[in-house]
Formats: sequence, structure tokens, C-alpha cells
Amino acid sequence: MNGAKLRQQIAFSVLGAITLLIVVPIILVILYIIINGAGSITWQFLTQAPRNGMKAGGIFPAIVGTILLVVGTMLFALPLGVLSAIYLVEYARDDLFTRMIKLSVVNLSGIPSIVYGLFGFTAFVLLLHFGTSLLAGSLTLGIMSLPVIITASKEALESVPLTYREISLSLGATKWQTIRYCVLPYAIPGILTGTVLSLSRAAGETAPILFTVAAFYLPRLPHSAFDQVMALPYHLYVIATQVPNIPLSISFATALVLIALVFLMNLVSIILRAHYRKKRLW
Amino acid sequence: MPNNSSESIASHAEPRRSEAGMLASVTRWRRKIGEPIIELCIRLSGILVVVFVFLIFLFLLRDSLSLFRQYPLRRFLFGTAWLPISEPPQFGVVPLLLGSIYVTLGAIVICVPLGVGSAMFIAEVAPKHLKNVLKSLVEILASIPSVVLGFLGIIWLAPVLRNTFHLSTGMCGLTGSLLLAFMALPTIISISEDALISVPRTYREAAFGLGATRWQTLWRIVLPSASSGILAAVMLGIGRVVGETMVVLMVTGNAPVIPRSLLQPLRTLTATIAGEMGETVGGSDHYYALFAVGLVLFAITFTINLVADLFLRRARK
Repeated sequence: MNGAKLRQQIAFSVLGAITLLIVVPIILVILYIIINGAGSITWQFLTQAPRNGMKAGGIFPAIVGTILLVVGTMLFALPLGVLSAIYLVEYARDDLFTRMIKLSVVNLSGIPSIVYGLFGFTAFVLLLHFGTSLLAGSLTLGIMSLPVIITASKEALESVPLTYREISLSLGATKWQTIRYCVLPYAIPGILTGTVLSLSRAAGETAPILFTVAAFYLPRLPHSAFDQVMALPYHLYVIATQVPNIPLSISFATALVLIALVFLMNLVSIILRAHYRKKRLW
Repeated sequence: MPNNSSESIASHAEPRRSEAGMLASVTRWRRKIGEPIIELCIRLSGILVVVFVFLIFLFLLRDSLSLFRQYPLRRFLFGTAWLPISEPPQFGVVPLLLGSIYVTLGAIVICVPLGVGSAMFIAEVAPKHLKNVLKSLVEILASIPSVVLGFLGIIWLAPVLRNTFHLSTGMCGLTGSLLLAFMALPTIISISEDALISVPRTYREAAFGLGATRWQTLWRIVLPSASSGILAAVMLGIGRVVGETMVVLMVTGNAPVIPRSLLQPLRTLTATIAGEMGETVGGSDHYYALFAVGLVLFAITFTINLVADLFLRRARK
């Protein structure tokens, strides 16, 4: 028995060491970027356009571009995702077609981001003549975000107790009234959590926007949805690999702003989840 | 709040007849016309998801076929040289496919033991408060954009590896594998952890009752029972690694040659599309060849996800 205890001690220590091996780099990466980037974050850096071939100035157009892309993605993906989830949970029968939808959601989530980029380019930029534009980029990112939103909404809808629906229907409400007033309100926290999470991913994506929206250098704000924009992740890619002699401090500061933006969105999602979990009725 | 007539009658003490009648007709309109429209939208959204997958496949296939009309499929699939701008151009996908396979294998060898090991620690060993901290850290890792890791790869990891292994350049397969392993960890950890947790408590209790230690129970009872879920986690991790673009584009050196080891520059399927798309002329063979590469990627990830889904289904039973 003592041997078994000793072996357990050793095994758990090894598992702990493995976990440490993962956790330490995560903390180091974050600290590394904060330490190297924080010094260059000034008000000017956040509010001015890049100057002097991106070697000076700020990243304001890229910040605005990323925020606009996130909003555009949400406008497209949130209603579509929630409606598909409602279909899957409330309407779908267990037939071949439903299985096809579920399989499609699984496969959408597995398609590489660069393939979304290719699709967005042929479908939105060329075929629908949107050009390289905010609209084309938002639609591309929107389709990419769909599976996460659908899965989260589905789980949220499924977690609403069946009795809520039964009571509403027994009072003579129609199916849609039941969904609208007795199911959806209770599922909204879960839906929002999943949505914000998927949008934070969309904000950090580079590959899908490479050919659909991102402008190499565009030191002004977009005029319409058919305009190109700069975006933070693409801007970081450009200054890290495409343009020589960019001061490292600018790259680090850009990386820090991007990470901060993504973390902020994650934080919102965590707070939403915690806030509504307390108010949960069941 | 439901905005129907009976409620508004309740809230106004004495509604005028015409107002009540109007509200009733609005309600009727909502039921007769509004609801079918909404339900139609719901159904259409469900269909649209299938349509998107189908369309993505169709567009890739259409443009790939445009290549195969000019350039034989056999030479694309088995050609050992990717020389898109030489004369005549060669579009052999083998070097790119091998590049992807090398980098993926490298990443998986690193991240599967680490990921499953730490999932075991988080699920079975760590006390509750530590567990929450660890899970948040893994979520933080999941949310770091790939381009940021690529940037760190260029300025930090590549030089370190170059000096450690005395390479001519640090921009090589190994740099990509290490970063991709790091990126695939959250997927592997969270799905493996779910699989471990969902093993029924009775299994554990039976093992404890027979005098097994926690480690014996974890190793001989819980881990085998969770194997389907863990396999799904590994498959999804592989899918993530194969499809990742920015990191490999930034750090693997972009040399479309048949790799002999992970310590030399190579190029993956994803990096080829991302790197060359901007330079092609629309409608050229080169342009279509990139869609054919996309189709290969689509086929690979589609298969991986199907298999992972199968494992997940089995795990749920």
C-alpha cells in the first residue's frame, strides 16, 4: 500500500509539473507583451493615424477598423445564429435534415480561417461585387463566428426548463409567443456570453480578412460599408513581417492593444455569465 | 411584456371600444401574418447554415476545376514541386502537404501529452480554487490572437531556437510546431477535461471501495473510460493545428520544398494560400491552384471533424 501511495505522489507531481510547464509560458507571454508594449502606449498612439511609413504615429484607424468589423460581424451573425439555434432546439424534428444542420455546424467550426478568407473573397468581394470592403469582411467573419454562436445559443435554450414552455402553451400562447416571452429571455445571458466570446475571436483573426477587407495602409476612417479598413491583427502582421525597420516598440504596443481589446471582450463575457448565474431562477 | 389586447384592457380602466378593437386586430395580425413570417425566418436560418457549408465547398470546387482543366489533377496531387511562377509553372501539392503534416505531427507530439496531462491535473488533482485559476489561464491562452504568437515567434522563439540548435535560421518547422502546440493546448485541455469529468462517479467509488488509490483509479479506470472524449480532443486539436494560418506564415520560413526535418524552413498548405493570394492575377492558373490547395485543406479538416464528432458521440453514450 505504501508503494501505491508513493507512486500516486510521483504521478501527481508529474502531472503538476506538466501543468506548470503550460501555465508559466502563458503568464510569461502576457507579461512579456505588457512589459515591452506598455511604455509606448500614449494618448497619441491610440488616437493618431500611422505616419512616416508606419514607423511613427499611432494605430487609431486600425482600432476603429477592428471595432467596426466586430460590430458588422455581430449584426450579421447574432440574429442568424440565434434563429438557427431556435430552429434546432424548438422546431427541428429528429430527422435527416436536422442531422445535416448539426453536422454543418460541426464542420463550419472546423473549416480553417484561411478557407473562409478564400470563400469570402470569391463570394462577397468578386461575385456580389462588394469589393474589398468592411461589408465583405464582416460577412466572412460572421459566417466564421456562426458555429460558436449557434452552439452557445443552443445550450442556453436547451437549459431553459421544459415546464416554462408547457405552462405558456397550456395558457393558450402560440409557439412563437412561448419562445419570445418564456424561453428567449432566460436564454439571453448564455447567448450573449457565447456571442461576445466568438466576437473576441473574430477581432483577433487575420487570415479571413487578408483578402476581404484589410488595408495595408489607410490613414483615414472608412466612409461607408464598401470602404476598406485597417485592422489591428493585420496591421500587426504587416509591421512585423512586411515592412522593414519598424521600431519594435510600435509592434509590441500594437500587440498589447490587440490583446487588451480581446481580453476586455472576454472579461465582458465572464462578467455577464457571473451576473446572470446569480439571478438564475432554476 | 406581452402586448396583447386583454392586458391593455386590464391596464386601462375603461378603454374606448375602437381602441380595444384596434389592439385586437393588431394581435390578430401578429398571429396570422407576423408569426408565420418569423417562423419562416427561423426555418430559413436553419437551412442557411447547411447552405453555407455547401457553398464554401462549391466555390472551392468550381475554382479548383478551373485549374484541373488546364493542369492535370494527377500532377497536382502527386507533383513534388510547387513552382507557381517559374516557366512552365508547377503546382505539385506534395511539398505543401508534407509541410503541413510535419508541422502538425511535431505540434501533436508536444501538445497531446502536455494537454492530456494537465487536463488530468485540472480535473482530478487540483483543489477547487486552483482549478478555477488554471481554467481561466487556459481561457486566456485560447483568446490570444494567433498573429500575436506569430510576432513573438519571430522576435523571440526563432532566435532562441537558432542559437540552441545552431541553425542557419530560426524560421523553421520546429518554431511553427512549438507555437501551434501552444495554441492547440486549450482545445485539448478543455475537451479532455470535460471527458474526464463526465465519467460517472460510481466508477470512481467502486474503485475506491476496492482499495485503489486516487492515482490508480485515475489511470486504470477514469482515463480508459474517457478515452473516446480524449481522442476527440486530440482530433479537434489536430484540426486546429492543420488549419492555423498566421503563425506558420510568419515563422516557418516559407520555403515550399519537400521537408527533410523540422529544423529546416518549410511551408504549409495554409501559409501558401495566405502568402501567395495577394500576388496572383485573378483567373490565372496560379490563382486557381490556390483554391485547389484550399479544397485539399477543406477535405482534410472536414474528415478530421467528422471523426472527432464520431468520437464525441461515442463518448456521450
